[in-house]
Amino acid sequence: MARHMDGHDLHADENVYDALATADNDGRWAFGTGFDAGTAGSSAIDAPAPEGADRDDLATYCLMLADDALVASQRLAGWTTKAPELEEEVALANTALDLLGQARVLLARAGHLGAAEPFRHGPQDAEDVLAYFRDDRAFRNVTLVETDLGDFGQTIAWLLLLASWRLALMQRLTGSRDPVLAAVAGKAVKELTYHRDYAAQWVLRLGDGTELSHARMQAGLDAVWPFVEELFLAHPVEQRLVAAGVAVDPAALRADVDAVLDQVLPAARLTRPGRPAVGLVGGRGGRDGVHTEALGAVLAVMQSLARAHPEATW
Amino acid sequence: MVTAILDARAAAEQVVDPEMPMLTLADLGVLRGVETAEDGTVVVTLTPTYSGCPALDEMRADLRRALHAAGHERVEVRTTYSPPWSTDWISDEGRRKLADAGVAPPDRIGPQAAGGAVPLTLAPPSRTVACPQCGARDTEEVSRFGPTACTALRRCRSCAEPFEHVKEI
Repeated sequence: MARHMDGHDLHADENVYDALATADNDGRWAFGTGFDAGTAGSSAIDAPAPEGADRDDLATYCLMLADDALVASQRLAGWTTKAPELEEEVALANTALDLLGQARVLLARAGHLGAAEPFRHGPQDAEDVLAYFRDDRAFRNVTLVETDLGDFGQTIAWLLLLASWRLALMQRLTGSRDPVLAAVAGKAVKELTYHRDYAAQWVLRLGDGTELSHARMQAGLDAVWPFVEELFLAHPVEQRLVAAGVAVDPAALRADVDAVLDQVLPAARLTRPGRPAVGLVGGRGGRDGVHTEALGAVLAVMQSLARAHPEATW
Repeated sequence: MVTAILDARAAAEQVVDPEMPMLTLADLGVLRGVETAEDGTVVVTLTPTYSGCPALDEMRADLRRALHAAGHERVEVRTTYSPPWSTDWISDEGRRKLADAGVAPPDRIGPQAAGGAVPLTLAPPSRTVACPQCGARDTEEVSRFGPTACTALRRCRSCAEPFEHVKEI
């Protein structure tokens, strides 16, 4: 929502953090600076749901796409200070930052559609409420993003699958009838193209490298493979929004992901794993809030500080 | 009123990018509009370079500070995501300033074709980036992800200097 400075005068010598806090009129909250503090144009973040699309469905869909990016970002950030080389650390952190940016806009959008209210206990922005004060059962991400990333080879296999899938999704989403989703997708396509290229280059280098790097790359691919099938399953919320011209049918993404794998895996001398998919639990999976125990560990790290100090200030 | 808006625009256009201070926000092409609302509030519209650009909050704060200093009491900074920013929005002046500061400017990529899968190229990019220090074309990519979201790291094989390149997006 639009906020004003209320005539407060800033001087050039003021601390930048004062300026940020004052500028957002929200100096109390230490964990965010208000991504939705005013948007403009036809893709304004508080635009109503398009005609024919249920508001709650759209809010849930925004959470699905946001949680995929948020949890993946948190996982990737775990490489910071631990990556094999400084350049790779910067690359993984940059990728995490792009995904975090996508998540923030989508969470803010979900918040404007009412998704944050059941979790709200304080004055924080909706995106912060949704990121820090939901339990794992309220997260709507696919299982792949919450899995432990293992070694660098497994991380790269994970990123190739995630980026190829999300790129195919976001590319189709640029035609969404929801202007915010279309706008987020327009930016995400450019970012994910870099993420996929980065992962593909490393899969090639490791897979077609030494015997050891080849074995570890193949093992990494095998480890993440059981979580791929869920990426192509359509949840009822998605099905309804596909009919409304707002969402993308996940089943339609399989051909694009397969085409990438058919290009990369043979060049990297890797074999497409034959491991069976991890099944859903009673027909329910990550999109329903049914997660593996890995998500609890991710959220514990991500949320503990905000929960311990919900009124913290800079 | 017309004088006020021109003045506000001039003040906003002089604000520099927090991460690449050789560029103004206008040079970078992220300043989408400066208008005055009926109640006199100056409304500035910004677009982020990348979704997660960490400098966006500082850009907002810097814009407010500059406009307050220029005498505009009520300032509102809005963000827009559409159309998405591309390096093609960097002005010719901006490209010259980047090169002068030792940062290789991006190529112009032109309008992107809509629809169809984004092609994946496994071979290293064939295009060359000239070294901003010595002008040699014999440079190599060290890392596609540099110290800021919008730059890649390169090295010149001729003069051996490392340099940043604003990568095309």
